[in-house]
Amino acid sequence: MLKSATALCALCLSALSAAYAAGDQVVIGDIDDMSGVYADVGGVNAVESINMAIADFGGTVLGKKIVLLSADHQNKPDIGASKFREWADQSGVNMVLGGSNTGVSIAMSKVAAAKKVPFIAIGAGGSSLTGADCTPYTIHYVYDTTALGNGTAGAIVKEGGKTWFFVTADYAFGTQLQDAASKVVLANGGKVLGAVRAPLGTTDYSSFLLQAQASGAQVLGLANAGTDFENSLKAADEFGITKTMKPAALLVFITDIHALTLQTAQGLYLTTGWYWDLNDETRAFAKRFFAKTSKEPTMDQAGYYSSTTQYLKAVKAVNSTDPDLVMAELKKTKINDMFAKNGYVRADGLMVHTMYVMKVKTPAESKYPWDYYKLVRTVPGEEADGTQPDPACVMPKK
Amino acid sequence: MTTVFGVPLPAILGQLMLGLVNGSFYALLSLGLAVIFGLLGVVNFAHGAFYMLGAFAAYIGLQAFGVNYWWALLLAPLAVGLLGIIIERLFLRHLYSIDPLYGLLLTFGMAWIAEGIMRGIYGASGKSYPVPHALQGGFNLGFMVLPIYRAWVVLASVTVCGVTWALIERTRLGAMLRAATENARLVQSFGINVPVLVTMTYGAGVALAALAGVLAAPVVQVSPLMGSSLVIVVFAVVVIGGMGSILGSIVSGLVLGLVEGLTKVVYPEASNIVVFVIMALVLIWRPSGLFGRE
Repeated sequence: MLKSATALCALCLSALSAAYAAGDQVVIGDIDDMSGVYADVGGVNAVESINMAIADFGGTVLGKKIVLLSADHQNKPDIGASKFREWADQSGVNMVLGGSNTGVSIAMSKVAAAKKVPFIAIGAGGSSLTGADCTPYTIHYVYDTTALGNGTAGAIVKEGGKTWFFVTADYAFGTQLQDAASKVVLANGGKVLGAVRAPLGTTDYSSFLLQAQASGAQVLGLANAGTDFENSLKAADEFGITKTMKPAALLVFITDIHALTLQTAQGLYLTTGWYWDLNDETRAFAKRFFAKTSKEPTMDQAGYYSSTTQYLKAVKAVNSTDPDLVMAELKKTKINDMFAKNGYVRADGLMVHTMYVMKVKTPAESKYPWDYYKLVRTVPGEEADGTQPDPACVMPKK
Repeated sequence: MTTVFGVPLPAILGQLMLGLVNGSFYALLSLGLAVIFGLLGVVNFAHGAFYMLGAFAAYIGLQAFGVNYWWALLLAPLAVGLLGIIIERLFLRHLYSIDPLYGLLLTFGMAWIAEGIMRGIYGASGKSYPVPHALQGGFNLGFMVLPIYRAWVVLASVTVCGVTWALIERTRLGAMLRAATENARLVQSFGINVPVLVTMTYGAGVALAALAGVLAAPVVQVSPLMGSSLVIVVFAVVVIGGMGSILGSIVSGLVLGLVEGLTKVVYPEASNIVVFVIMALVLIWRPSGLFGRE
């Protein structure tokens, strides 16, 4: 009896201390693909980015210790959402980042709204995150399908690539990306001759590519990402399809190009929200990042650093971690750092900033390791994402 | 243009050709699984991981030691097969006398470990392996361009499958193997070292998976995840062919490749489940598989 009473007391003491601790620290959570197809894009190296941002703040804000939690969502919406809920209920999480994979991010944003915890979506592309699926607590930071479609499809259509065929990843992200690009193609007098939806994680794309070739389209639109993109471009190269069609990659990360090598990827058009070799500021960040990871950062990994910093600045500015105060501060402050110049969070939650249309260099043009892109066009944020908030976004009345 | 069910004939021919290529991979992988299950009774869930390790062995050989593709075809299966032999000696053989589920769990766990280690070192996006110089380019078949390399894959796979089948069904060694699985003690009493036979069989099955990995390396991105996405399909192929049936695994591998190819024309979204639908149907009508013995 005495024993169990002691045990019970120990239990309530530890519960007390946990509750106390939650109020005594600022907790940042990162829920991301740590082991699957998108693990190289964000993953454990993104945790490194967040840690860099926390370290730059001296590890504390408002006199409280900053604590980082991280978890693998395994590309499963239910895992991402339940982890978020658990942290909100038990760990007193103040802000959550990540969610690579649109399906997972949509599920996580619902939890963000229910628990009133700011959620900065990084890595997911789906523009519905700040459209039909928007919430007062979601910020979409690095890029969205609208900007990608406008950037890449816009550039190629203007160069005369009028007829398109899409190979699309068969889930929310792929279809939204295809829709965004199709809109741009049609608006510029082009035509979409067809599309085929390939299941996520397909390894053999040759069948789909043969259908693309049979359509007679000029442009092969690849509305997929990560390993899916790599395998589809590789097969297009092998089957000689890149000789007759111009490949347009709608979402490419520098790690993809690194994995494919310039030999296969050369000449490819793509749109990116950030590139490590843009200017002295980006190079300085990349150098620090490289020292820790032996890789140049992707746009997402840079976005993790930038958004964590902006969040902590906002907390400091309002002298509170109150979600509503912090969100209001984030939405009214311009973002000026190594990631964005004069970027701002629109009413619907989209972080509007400059995008870059790039062309992948040939092996001969590349002068040093990771020297992969040449800048084709700088696309101002308003041109990439429009000047008005997404009308599909209806915020709940307060 | 001639059409079949509204689909142009050239498109169908092209997809059948590609189905044959994929079917060759299925056949080679399911063959190794069938050999291991048929002779050892082990459900080798690590098969996809050995396939992945075969591809990485080729990649590492090329990058670190300058081993070319042709040598890799020989050396990578040997190296990975040796790893299989070590695993069989150290772990698997302790599980033969108990429920097959334990072998399944052990190999499943090992697959995760192998995948995790490779992901830690090489990352999820994987690496590129170039198509060997002699096999670059393609044949123009009229309805499509068939890369020479893919034609080679079909040829190599069908040859290896044929040789393996003949070895097991038509030679004295094969007869000993089959006898050992029926009654190990009796065969041992004839002075044949059954444990060594079993170890070598596992090594050979693993080497077949690694060979498939080397063949796949120039076609797909060499990535730590390449095996896990394939192994489930290959298991379905083995179940459809009949667990442990050598001929069944080869034939159903090729046929399912073709069926999948056709699905990609008719209804692409279903291309990754059609094999499982067929598996379900086969299990309902013939639970022991198309070529399995009741």
